Amino acid sequence: MRQVVVTGVGAVSPLGVGARTLYERWRAGTSGIEDGLGPASEFEPREHFSVKEARRADRFTQFALVAAAEALNEAGWEGELPYDATRIATVIGTGIGGIGTLEHGKEILIEQGAKKVPPLSIPLMMSNAAPAAISMRHGLQGPCHGIVSACSGGADAIGAAKRIILAGEADAVVTGGSEAALTPLSKAAFAALDALSTSGISRPFDARRDGFVMGEGAGILILEDSEAAAARGVKPLAILRGYGASADAYHITAPDKDGGGPARAMTTALGDAGLTIDDVDYINAHGTSTQLNDRAETFAIKLALGERAGKIPVSSLKSAIGHLLGAAGAVEAVATILALRDRVAPPTLGYEEPEEGLDLDYVPQRARQLEINGGPAVALSNSFGFGGHNAVLCLEAP
Amino acid sequence: MATTATPQKVEEVITDALTQFGPERDEISREKTFEELDIDSLDLAELSQIIEDEFGVQLKGDDVGKIKTVGDAVDLVVSRAA
Repeated sequence: MRQVVVTGVGAVSPLGVGARTLYERWRAGTSGIEDGLGPASEFEPREHFSVKEARRADRFTQFALVAAAEALNEAGWEGELPYDATRIATVIGTGIGGIGTLEHGKEILIEQGAKKVPPLSIPLMMSNAAPAAISMRHGLQGPCHGIVSACSGGADAIGAAKRIILAGEADAVVTGGSEAALTPLSKAAFAALDALSTSGISRPFDARRDGFVMGEGAGILILEDSEAAAARGVKPLAILRGYGASADAYHITAPDKDGGGPARAMTTALGDAGLTIDDVDYINAHGTSTQLNDRAETFAIKLALGERAGKIPVSSLKSAIGHLLGAAGAVEAVATILALRDRVAPPTLGYEEPEEGLDLDYVPQRARQLEINGGPAVALSNSFGFGGHNAVLCLEAP
Repeated sequence: MATTATPQKVEEVITDALTQFGPERDEISREKTFEELDIDSLDLAELSQIIEDEFGVQLKGDDVGKIKTVGDAVDLVVSRAA
């Protein structure tokens, strides 16, 4: 049976450059949050780009290019492409795209006038700049586009990529999400929404949680048709078993309190995977550290998984890196894959004080070995976004 | 007040601008083509802004299409400014 497999992963995150760095530091309980923000502070553009390349790419595109290079290298694509270039697609999600470029251009417009606005403004700020840059860098000539669904963009991109392969339109897809929105306007605007943590601490599911901490970075996965990957002798890291998406149709920012929308996305992802609630070993939560999300997500997990809900470890990477918006779902998928391979549930950092009704196993403070008897390890990775978007991936590691 | 567009000054401004776009200073000379320097239409749009700002000379789309070398650009700006 044709499946979609993951053959390479890459990441840039507040925990450093590299997918293994991200996962290993999270597992060890390291936090990438400093002064209430999660900057990708180990990312140095000059280590990766020439002057020309760097000025032709907004920071969000730079992150995506670096994570894509890592993932392609792991998939063994360096040098020659393993498939016809027209059979390789590129699908990358983002929440806001090149907002740093947009803000810079607006400042110049106001201060110096229209004639001084940089000609590079549009090609850098457009939300499809990251997939465009990846396709150009590696000569990928299949379908190429961005996916925009706020904080579920990364997961929705990976889901869309899966469908492109299963529809027979491509043999492989470079996919994921990227975000670089630690800019004055977006920080002020999220603060104005009362969405950001005033304490500067990301502690998902804890009674003291007071909002999310903004982070930045990118996560990239190489997806391949399982038969094509097998034919070229590649051992996959994981199988992307399922994808489920839904809309709350409820409110532009607040999640539906009963968790119905996210629950449907989880159920759909499991159905798409051909699996049942009994197969789920771990849930990588959206877990933003906002009052509303963590409560609604807990209800959603209970709704979707019934009596199994309390027995499954649920943890949030956002406790270590903050919320990477449109990159979150992709970076979390990368970390989930590596955790599943090690049979580990990484921790929800900072979780100490339970809240009534939030009574799942949130894997407080320390990573824990998953109890799996011999078979493959299966996880759901949840992503939800402003607008009521819900996207859930079902991942399996051998 | 715009800077006086002497050939020397124009070449200096253009060279400074080009180095921001990527090429090393010692690669740049009057004879070099923009293609050889990997300078494309987006770079030339930015160069036009810098030239207009410095010398008050507007380069239109047609002009940009005609100039092939660094020297072409210098000569065009000097002649327009005269």
